Amino acid sequence: MPALHHYRRRKFVNALMQVVTCVCALLVVVPLCLVFYHVLKLGLGSVNWAFFTQLPKPVGEAGGGMANAIVGTFELLGLAALIGVPVGVLGGIYLSEYGSARLNWAIRFAADVLNGVPSIIWGMVVWALVVVPLKTFSALAGGIVLGMMMIPLIMRTTEEVLRLVPNGYREAALALGIPQWRTIVQIVVRTALKGIATGVLLAVARVSGETAPLLFTAFGNRYWNHHLSEPIAALPLQIFNYAISAYEDWIRQAWAGALVLLLFVAIINVSVRVLTRDKLARGG
Amino acid sequence: MLMTIEPEKLRPGNPMVAPRPALPRDKASAPAERGQSAVSTRELSIFFGQNQVLKQVNLEVSAKAVTAIIGPSGCGKSTFLRALNRMHDLVPIARVQGQVRLFGEDIYGPQVEAVQIRRRIGMVFQKYNPFPTMSIGDNVTVGLRLNGLSKRAALTERTEQALTMAALWDEVKDRLDAPAVSLSGGQQQRLCIARALAVQPEVILMDEPASALDPLATARIEDLILELKKNYTIIIVTHNMQQAARISDETAFFYLGQLVEFGATSKLFTNPSKKQTEDYVTGRFG
Repeated sequence: MPALHHYRRRKFVNALMQVVTCVCALLVVVPLCLVFYHVLKLGLGSVNWAFFTQLPKPVGEAGGGMANAIVGTFELLGLAALIGVPVGVLGGIYLSEYGSARLNWAIRFAADVLNGVPSIIWGMVVWALVVVPLKTFSALAGGIVLGMMMIPLIMRTTEEVLRLVPNGYREAALALGIPQWRTIVQIVVRTALKGIATGVLLAVARVSGETAPLLFTAFGNRYWNHHLSEPIAALPLQIFNYAISAYEDWIRQAWAGALVLLLFVAIINVSVRVLTRDKLARGG
Repeated sequence: MLMTIEPEKLRPGNPMVAPRPALPRDKASAPAERGQSAVSTRELSIFFGQNQVLKQVNLEVSAKAVTAIIGPSGCGKSTFLRALNRMHDLVPIARVQGQVRLFGEDIYGPQVEAVQIRRRIGMVFQKYNPFPTMSIGDNVTVGLRLNGLSKRAALTERTEQALTMAALWDEVKDRLDAPAVSLSGGQQQRLCIARALAVQPEVILMDEPASALDPLATARIEDLILELKKNYTIIIVTHNMQQAARISDETAFFYLGQLVEFGATSKLFTNPSKKQTEDYVTGRFG
């Protein structure tokens, strides 16, 4: 019976394809496990008190840490957030609440293109625009490049979450005679605040591991630096420099740095989960 | 065949309705006398792009009365209502022609700010929409606070006043700090009415305020509307003809963007002068 034969064949192919697609889906977990396993195995042994508190030791001397790079990364991220958060959030507000359809389409398109620009190109551009005129690598240049990378990310997520706020809230506020700017700030943005915070955190996580753009902006530093106009150490740079070195002790520390950076990003991602779960639970 | 509806008979007997709320007279609002014209439109036309949605509507809404606007979907009744507090200002392609006068003042006049008009004309929407980030109490006072009133005592007083008028005070007075979204649907809609009342408007626009509610909650809203008309001018858009018959003094029937008939509710439902009105109120179309 050809009909029955056909039916059996379809059942078999269906089952087979289910297994294949399932395996492919599970494959996404494998790299994550590999990354965590490797970084933990090779890095955990070198994460100690000295790693967080000491400066790098001179070449040839064992020991030392990455205290300046860890602090430097936070300083760079703070500087980047100072640039990226206000511009990104305000720009997202404009896209969602004001603007004409055509202009917004153009801005959105530009932001999406920027999100896809390779990070090394960002570094080169900021090198030409900031480092060359100032004649020095600097924390300022590093902060600017990371901040510029955050802007399109934050702008798009801010716009998306603001558009999720039902129009009924805007209308209700305006119908009470509340001016539009207050409606936006106190009703619309406040309703979407967790979503905006999520977008900001994800943008910070995304740029926190950027190495290429910092190579010719922040440059790296073996010592403490808290001046905007001088090169500053950053964790990804330090990892890069140590990982390509010939010294076993440095390579060990590079793994430790990788572990710290990975945990930092993981913590941010978990915070985002907690934030968004809470939002859903409240039905808002 | 005509429906013979006597508004009194259609009012559902409702055991759940609490004793009538006391209505504090408010000097600031509703200076009008009954019978006076509160809102009037002259040749009001509204366009969305090339599309004319409302065609030369002339309507006089009496103060301290309930005016119902009925008509089939897409007849322009919501569009008309939203022209009365300039909500179309938010839609770039919308264009308003003609005049809307609020106690004689042209609300589309060159010197008039939409924000000022909206403080005098409150609005209640089809889908209850208390602000989810705010408590019950904060929802009531939001229109005052975001317009600059910050005195605590005054806010507290207005909160109780508005919630009492909205027949919600007894149910929420012990949990004003609870999230607004923790209330039932009917309570949330009464909270929205309280929110509109707190800014002491002169006119209240209601866009199908009970269509998302169950019959019991609907009955409470209707009772509330009848109570509010002692102090406020109410214009209500409704799909529900029985509701219009129960609560309104005058009814306007809109069809295809035009005002077909306008007059006393009892007459419009029992002895309409236009064939279209008769067909609609008897359920032959729409």
